[in-house]
Amino acid sequence: MADRRTLQAEMISAHSGPAPGYGMQRDLEVCKLVDTTTCIGCKACEVACAEWNDLPFSPTTFDNTYQTMPETRWNFWNLIKFNEHQNPDGTIQWLMRKDQCMHCADPGCLAACPADGAIVKYANGIVDFNQENCIGCEFCVSGCPFNIPRFNPETKRVYKCTLCSDRVGEGLEPACIKACPTGCLKFGTKDDMKFIGEERAKQLRENFGWQNAGVYDPQSVGGTHVIYVLHDATDPERYGDLPKNPQIPWSYTVWKWLFKPVLGTFALFGFLGVLFHYVTSGPRRTQPEPPEKDGADANINV
Amino acid sequence: MPISTSSAVQRFDDKARESFESVGQTTVYRGELLRHPVYTRLLHWMVALFFFLALFTGFAIYLPWLFRWFTPIFGGGPLSRVMHPWFGVGFVFFFGLQALNWLQPMIWTAADSNWTRNMGKIVSGEAKMDPPDTGFFNAGQKIQFWEIVGGCVAYLITGIILWAGARTFGRISVAISYVVHDISALIMLGGIFIHIYESTFGQPGTFQSMIRGAVSEAWAWTFHPAWYKQVAGRDPQQACEEARRQMTTGSKP
Repeated sequence: MADRRTLQAEMISAHSGPAPGYGMQRDLEVCKLVDTTTCIGCKACEVACAEWNDLPFSPTTFDNTYQTMPETRWNFWNLIKFNEHQNPDGTIQWLMRKDQCMHCADPGCLAACPADGAIVKYANGIVDFNQENCIGCEFCVSGCPFNIPRFNPETKRVYKCTLCSDRVGEGLEPACIKACPTGCLKFGTKDDMKFIGEERAKQLRENFGWQNAGVYDPQSVGGTHVIYVLHDATDPERYGDLPKNPQIPWSYTVWKWLFKPVLGTFALFGFLGVLFHYVTSGPRRTQPEPPEKDGADANINV
Repeated sequence: MPISTSSAVQRFDDKARESFESVGQTTVYRGELLRHPVYTRLLHWMVALFFFLALFTGFAIYLPWLFRWFTPIFGGGPLSRVMHPWFGVGFVFFFGLQALNWLQPMIWTAADSNWTRNMGKIVSGEAKMDPPDTGFFNAGQKIQFWEIVGGCVAYLITGIILWAGARTFGRISVAISYVVHDISALIMLGGIFIHIYESTFGQPGTFQSMIRGAVSEAWAWTFHPAWYKQVAGRDPQQACEEARRQMTTGSKP
C-alpha cells in the first residue's frame, strides 16, 4: 500500500491548480466487522484460526453448551461465545459472539507491558505480541479490559489473536474472515466497516424491530479495530462479558509517563546527595580527632 | 515503652544468637566493644544479598532503559521475571528474622525525637558527637528500619498480587499493586545510598561493626553515647575528654 502512496502525483508540470487527487488518501486502518445478528455459530472461524496460526489443540471441557471451551486460551484465540439471554417478556435470545482480541486504538496491554518490544501496535491498528521479547509477567492481563492475553506456563509467554498480521501484511484478509460462510465477518478499512456496520444497525432498527441495535466501537479505549453489530448496543454485557465501558487502569499511564522518570530521578538524588555531603561536609570522624600538625609549614610538607 | 518484645520472641532471638556463635566468631580487642553478634551479621548480609538480587532483577522489569543492562545478568527477561519474586521472598524472610532480632532496640524513644530535632546539626557535622542520650540505634537508623518493615509488608502484599496476577486477583488490584510496589522500591533505593554511605565513608569505623562485629570505644562514645555508657559504664563525655588529653600530651614531645 505504501508504494501506492509514494507514487501518488504531488505536482504536475504546467497544470493549473493542485495535482488532482493529491492528499486524498484512504484511511489505512484495518478493521474486522462482526455482525452478531447473522452469526450462526458454525465455528468455522475457530477452526480457520487454529489452522492458519498452527495452534495445537488441547483437551477442553464440555459444559452443556455449544461453546467449544469456557474462554479463550493461549492456543485458542478465537472463540464463539454462546449466551442465552432472557428478555423481560420471557422470550429467549440465543446470542453468539466471536470473542477475540479487539485491537484497541489505545491498547491497555501495551500500556501495562514493561518489556521492551514485547507488544507493538502497527499503524494499521493491529496490536501484536512479540513473544521473543515477552518476559511473562502478565501485566498485560491486568491492562486488558477484554480479558484476552493468555499465559502459556510452558513457554512463559503470553499469546493472543494477531488479527493475522502476517496475512494482512500480504494484502490478505484474516483467516477467520475467509472461513465465514454467512458473511457475518467482514474485513476492510475502519471507515468502511463502520459504515457497513451502521447501515446494518439502521436496517435492524427500521426493518427488524431491534430498537437499540447499534455498532460496538468503545471510545473509552479510542475505538477498536474489531467492531460488533449488536441487536442491543445498550447492553453489550449480555453477549458474554463484553464490557459496556471498557477502561484501562489510569495508574499505568500516570506511572509510566510521570512517576517513573520523576521518582527515578528522586532515587538517584539519594546517590548524588551522599556524594554532595561527602564533598561539602565530609565524613564525621570518631572523637577525639587527632590534633592538627603545628606550624604553618605543616601542610606544605605533605 | 509502648510495646515490649514478647518473651517467646526474646527466647527465640537469644537461642539464635547463642547457636550462631558456633558458626562464626567475633574477636573484641582491647579498646573495643561488641556491636553485632554473628547471628545479626549473618542476617544483615543475607538481607543485603537478597535485596540487591531483587533490586537488579526488579530494575529489569522496572525501566525499559535498564532492561537491556540488567536482564542479561540474570539470563534474560523471562528468567529475571521468574526469579525476582523468589529473591523478594528471601529478602522478606531474612529481614523478618532481623526485625524480630532488633525489635527491642528499634523501639522509638524520647531520645529519638531529640535526635531528629538535632538532625540538621548532626548531618552537617556541626555537632561532632551525637546527642548524649543516643542509644544503640539512633533515630535515623530507626526510621530506616521501620521504613523497611513497612516496605516489606507492602512488598509482600503487592508482590503476591503481582506474582499470581490479574487472573487471580483482578485487574485493578494488580494495577494498584504495581504502583505501590515500585514506590516502595524507590524509597528503599534512595535509602540504601544513605545507608551504605553512613556505614562506610560517612562515618569511618562503622563498617567493621557488620564485618568483625566490634567497634572502637571512641566510635561508641562518639555516635552512640548512651549505649557506650550502658555497656562500658563510663560517662561518654568524660571518656572522650580523657582520650583527648592523652592524645594531646602524647603527641607533644
